[in-house]
Amino acid sequence: MNDNNAIFTTRDLAVGYRNGKNTVTLLKELNLTLEKGKLVALLGQNGAGKSTLLRALTCDERPLAGCIEVNGRNLAEMSQKDRSRLIGLVSTERIQAGALTVTELVGLGRQPHTGFLGRLDEEDRGIVRQAMTDSGIIGKADEYVASLSDGERQKAMIARALAQQTPIIILDEPTAFLDVASRIETMRLLQTLAHERGKAVLLSSHDISQSLMLADELWLITTDRQVLTGTPADLIKAGAMDHLFENRSIHFNPTILDYSF
Amino acid sequence: MTYRRFSFTIMALIVLLVALVLACLAFGSVDIPAGKIVDILTGKGSGNKAWDIIIMQSRIPMIATAALAGAALSISGLLLQTTFNNPLAGPSILGVSSGAGLGVAIVILAMGGSLGGLLGENVGSYMAILLGALMGAGVVLVILIAFSAIVRSNTMLLIIGILVSYLTSSVVQLLNSVATEEGVHNYVSWGFGNFSGVNAAQMPIYAGIIILALIASAMMVKPLNALLLGTRYARNLGVNVPMTRNILLVITGVLTAVVTAFCGPIGFIGLVVPHIARMSLGTSNHARLVPATILAGADIALLCALVSVCNPHGIIPINAITPIIGVPIILYIILNRRRIQYFN
Repeated sequence: MNDNNAIFTTRDLAVGYRNGKNTVTLLKELNLTLEKGKLVALLGQNGAGKSTLLRALTCDERPLAGCIEVNGRNLAEMSQKDRSRLIGLVSTERIQAGALTVTELVGLGRQPHTGFLGRLDEEDRGIVRQAMTDSGIIGKADEYVASLSDGERQKAMIARALAQQTPIIILDEPTAFLDVASRIETMRLLQTLAHERGKAVLLSSHDISQSLMLADELWLITTDRQVLTGTPADLIKAGAMDHLFENRSIHFNPTILDYSF
Repeated sequence: MTYRRFSFTIMALIVLLVALVLACLAFGSVDIPAGKIVDILTGKGSGNKAWDIIIMQSRIPMIATAALAGAALSISGLLLQTTFNNPLAGPSILGVSSGAGLGVAIVILAMGGSLGGLLGENVGSYMAILLGALMGAGVVLVILIAFSAIVRSNTMLLIIGILVSYLTSSVVQLLNSVATEEGVHNYVSWGFGNFSGVNAAQMPIYAGIIILALIASAMMVKPLNALLLGTRYARNLGVNVPMTRNILLVITGVLTAVVTAFCGPIGFIGLVVPHIARMSLGTSNHARLVPATILAGADIALLCALVSVCNPHGIIPINAITPIIGVPIILYIILNRRRIQYFN
């Protein structure tokens, strides 16, 4: 790795979408840094460009301008295979893997490391077991993915990303469909992965108070399309939280770490 | 646990395959005593020339043709279901078979009566038919890829497949109206579906292409499993999605086109067999699904072949049998989709 802790940086990145001939820029001139061992939460109102930004960071969408560097190498110029060893993804995409066991699903995370036919050797199986243990889904190892609750399924998908053994994990709304208990559990798990395993973890979320409590750093997409970064405490102090939503009738209340009327 | 279920299922499918092969050797429109069949197979001859010819030039080629066609269509269905992320996809419902059929129709009707039978001894004529089928299947697959990028709904893609089938059959009827009577007759009898159309001279090409494409599909197990998670996850796992999809669709097109050219447009097998394989194995892991699908496909096709020749009044068209087996299974799957793991 690098000398400093920064492993993922964007250089004058602009993201948005192309709509026929028109280009709609959502966010531009982004110079963001993701560090090892840190949990970063990306916050912003619906339509602010959270998913679009994440899709650019995972190379699922080409940025409108600028580039992304990992350890000094341009992500866009790497092969798909090299990228798959750097960034693990947990998205909200519907999967068709109900008839796989949890072990098989997590085992798919080994694909960037296995041979032509994707066979797992003893070492791979050990890594898969460890990933399931770390994400607390080992008890369901032989169950079908279809039989899992939403929270368990999310843990299995996180275990799959862990088995991929990437230094960076990017999660698109990992707590979106979860109940409160599963949300807290998932966020704690991600925090542990960052702090104890040294992963750089970036997630987008709607859960403001959770993110403020557990994230080491926030990326706030403000209503005027700026991305403010900093620790939760610094951002609260600077009053940045009041620029998150357009609705003027709600205000950030620092004592409850959430919004109120 | 799952491994034992896998080996048990594979063993059962192999035993069934052997039993069906023996049954197809023993039964047919002409009764030949079992002892005589053994004599023929061991090269001693039965002393009855007609029997020798029936076994060696009719029943054995039919068995090989049926088994390979079943395996080919079933793998074709499996690859389509995974590629389009659609459990009800299959070569016939998506119009790939009809596309191949249209290609065949153009060639048959253009050549008219000059063919002298559907797939004559003439290498040039059946190569032309094969080429027509490949082009037709290819065009439909390109149409499907184009539409799948625009319409995200699985059901809509199936409807587009059905529309393509209607369109091809109307083109075929238009062609029929200007074709010679013999050409039309050839085309109509081809449309019934038939495993007796591959003769000894054509067998190496037919079997060779199918076996190569089946081996190619077995080598795609790793990206196929990644695609179960959808294209974004597959990309994240290092899969080159557009390239993989193209390879899978080329394999599908080749398998469907070869079978359609030689045996006619055979419905349901490609749609149903992957489900039989998934349900009996209890997995959607392609490492186990591909071999089971190949064997189950061969079994089902041989069963259809056996039924088709066991009628004392003449041969029953294959396409009259496949829906009777296929429709109940599809209905069962649709009605139980909440309980069946791979839908969730």
